[in-house]
Amino acid sequence: MATAVMTTLDQRTRAASRGMSDISIRNLFIIPTILFLIVFNIFPLLYSLYYSFTDFRASTNAPANFVGLQNYRELLNDPFIWSNFAITAQYVIVSVTGQVLVGFGVAMLLNRDIPFKGLITTLLLLPMMLSMAVVGLFWKLLYDPSWGVINYALGLGNFEWLANPKMALYAVAITDIWMWSPFVMLLSLAGLSAVPKHLYEAAAIDRAGSFYTFFRITLPLVAPILMIAIIFRTMEAFKTFDLAYILTSQPTTEVISIRLYKMAFQEWQTGRSCALAYIVLIMVIAITNIYVKYLNKVKER
Amino acid sequence: MRKTLTGLLAGIGLSLACSTSAFSQELTIFWAEWDPANYLQELVNQYEAETGVKVTVETTPWADFQTKTFTEFNAKGDAYDMVVGDSQWLGAGSTGGHYVDLTDFFKKHNLGEVMAPATVKSYAEYPGNSGKYWAIPLEGDAVGWSYRKDWFEDPKEKEAFKAKYGYELDVPKDWKALRDISEFFYRPDEKRYGIAIYTDNSYDAMAMGFENALFSYGGELGDYTTYKVDGIINSDKAVAALDAYKELYKFTPPGWAKTFFVENNQAITEGLAAMSMNYFAFFPSLLNEATNPHAKNTGFFANPPGPDGDQFAALGGQGISIVSYSKNQEEALKFLEWFIKDDTQKKWAELGGYTCSKAVLESAEFQNATPYNKAFYETMFKVKDFWAVPEYAELLQQLNQRLYPHIVGGEGSSKEVLDALAGDWKATFAKYGRGQ
Repeated sequence: MATAVMTTLDQRTRAASRGMSDISIRNLFIIPTILFLIVFNIFPLLYSLYYSFTDFRASTNAPANFVGLQNYRELLNDPFIWSNFAITAQYVIVSVTGQVLVGFGVAMLLNRDIPFKGLITTLLLLPMMLSMAVVGLFWKLLYDPSWGVINYALGLGNFEWLANPKMALYAVAITDIWMWSPFVMLLSLAGLSAVPKHLYEAAAIDRAGSFYTFFRITLPLVAPILMIAIIFRTMEAFKTFDLAYILTSQPTTEVISIRLYKMAFQEWQTGRSCALAYIVLIMVIAITNIYVKYLNKVKER
Repeated sequence: MRKTLTGLLAGIGLSLACSTSAFSQELTIFWAEWDPANYLQELVNQYEAETGVKVTVETTPWADFQTKTFTEFNAKGDAYDMVVGDSQWLGAGSTGGHYVDLTDFFKKHNLGEVMAPATVKSYAEYPGNSGKYWAIPLEGDAVGWSYRKDWFEDPKEKEAFKAKYGYELDVPKDWKALRDISEFFYRPDEKRYGIAIYTDNSYDAMAMGFENALFSYGGELGDYTTYKVDGIINSDKAVAALDAYKELYKFTPPGWAKTFFVENNQAITEGLAAMSMNYFAFFPSLLNEATNPHAKNTGFFANPPGPDGDQFAALGGQGISIVSYSKNQEEALKFLEWFIKDDTQKKWAELGGYTCSKAVLESAEFQNATPYNKAFYETMFKVKDFWAVPEYAELLQQLNQRLYPHIVGGEGSSKEVLDALAGDWKATFAKYGRGQ
């Protein structure tokens, strides 16, 4: 049935010259991919949706009882969970804003003719090539109040970056900004270099100020690609785990994914953690959708 | 050349074939990655020499020991024949069907008498006082204290201390002295601090630290048979204990907000603190001059009594259980029979393991072997532990959520915090249909 709808393979392609038919391509590539997706993505997704309505615990042999919406009700009424969400939101805002400001700023600086531009760009990209766990471990040393190099360099004495409940989340965000600003920088740089030079020349002839040039020419033209960077970073920041988990154990840095991990793999409340995972999933999808809508609007301009 | 290669391959093949037949019987023990696991590997090498059965001690870092073990259990995997599990796992391990019931083995070898009573109660029996046993006490452990002998014995310090507090500076006789000495040595200008305590809230560190105060102040977590908590965990004694523990936090080195055994040993090796709380299992490295420049000046003492003279310590340590999904249960039982022999236990202690065997613990030879063995012996007869019910991790999480902001962040009063905790625990026990 499906074969009837398929168009014939273009005779000039390499696959056709090797004698591959549409059907063999489907059998070789499409079906395994779909099967893979079903087995490793779709099935677990639906299975965990079922578990989210039960009191299942993976650590016992007790059968899973259907409890309806109880998990969702209890989670959404739990003040600790809401504080985890509030912390996550605060973290996302601070860290993504910081990354965009730093990343875009550095990109602006690099978007001109300077010596060793390629080398500088490559060196600036190094942080995001490191493993999250490694970054977490050595920033923990950098922040250390007794022998950390940050307090020494800034002359802050024994300032407690990670032990101070109010400061800890910002300390984690600063590490994240250090690590991921290069990513924003890279995308911004691509956007900036694509802005036609003649627009700047025209603006200069019209004696437009540098602020005016930036807000009327540079930003609107780089906006679509910057939005993509923001979408990626927001999604990543929303589900951040490694840095916060390694750097501190403050309740003020317990972002939602750490709570989820503890619930699922330390407390083995499998059913309830599935429900929490779904709540997080729905939130991420909603936020991403808002961005994508905005991105489309920006592109239309 | 080619001939050599063929010969080589044939040789490898032959030796592989021989080795698999020679070691047809293998046992795997799973434990956390720390020194005692290395000592255990040395011990079991002797078992291999005696019987030909190869025993491997497999390890994983502490941080994911619990997760990895239970992931294997939940999948009913047979990768491990035996596991040296934490005492809190007994409930989950036994009711979840992951551990083999060792009650008959226990009675046959009269282990209730052979091993120190506290270790039998905490590492082996579940539910409490049921007479059902799921593990053999393997590594005894409890929280003790290390301190800087040179600071304590300095005549100038002694004089200044006596002038300020009216009594001699010495190993703390009670929790009040612990507090005074911490305050006395807290000198941020000299980069010297009073005390190092557990504050990490990602697993059981802070709970173990607080328990040292709680039990010695005469408080309890709750009633282990009826699961009543209200009026016990928030009793006046418990509130006083939390106040005391919170006050010690003031005298810790800067940034002491996510600390467990590694950091607390560092407090001594880096010369930061006068006294440091830690499990006995981590004391051997404090006597090693390669790892501790102050090794010669490091002393040890047992957790001091509280205001009413009660003296207890938080229990660490583990028992060894047979995994019910293992295909080598018979062989594992034979191994355990060898492990509980007096000779083996003696060797275990000599290698650096903390035996739970009463006879070995009581021997003068053991007590004089290291500067901390005597404190260990004294402590092992007065230890108490956290809840061992299957949902212990939820109880732990609730304790962390309530206590941490209070101890480290200074939020709320001790009474408010413990009242809230009693409420959390009551609801959790009710959820699982326990008592009350």
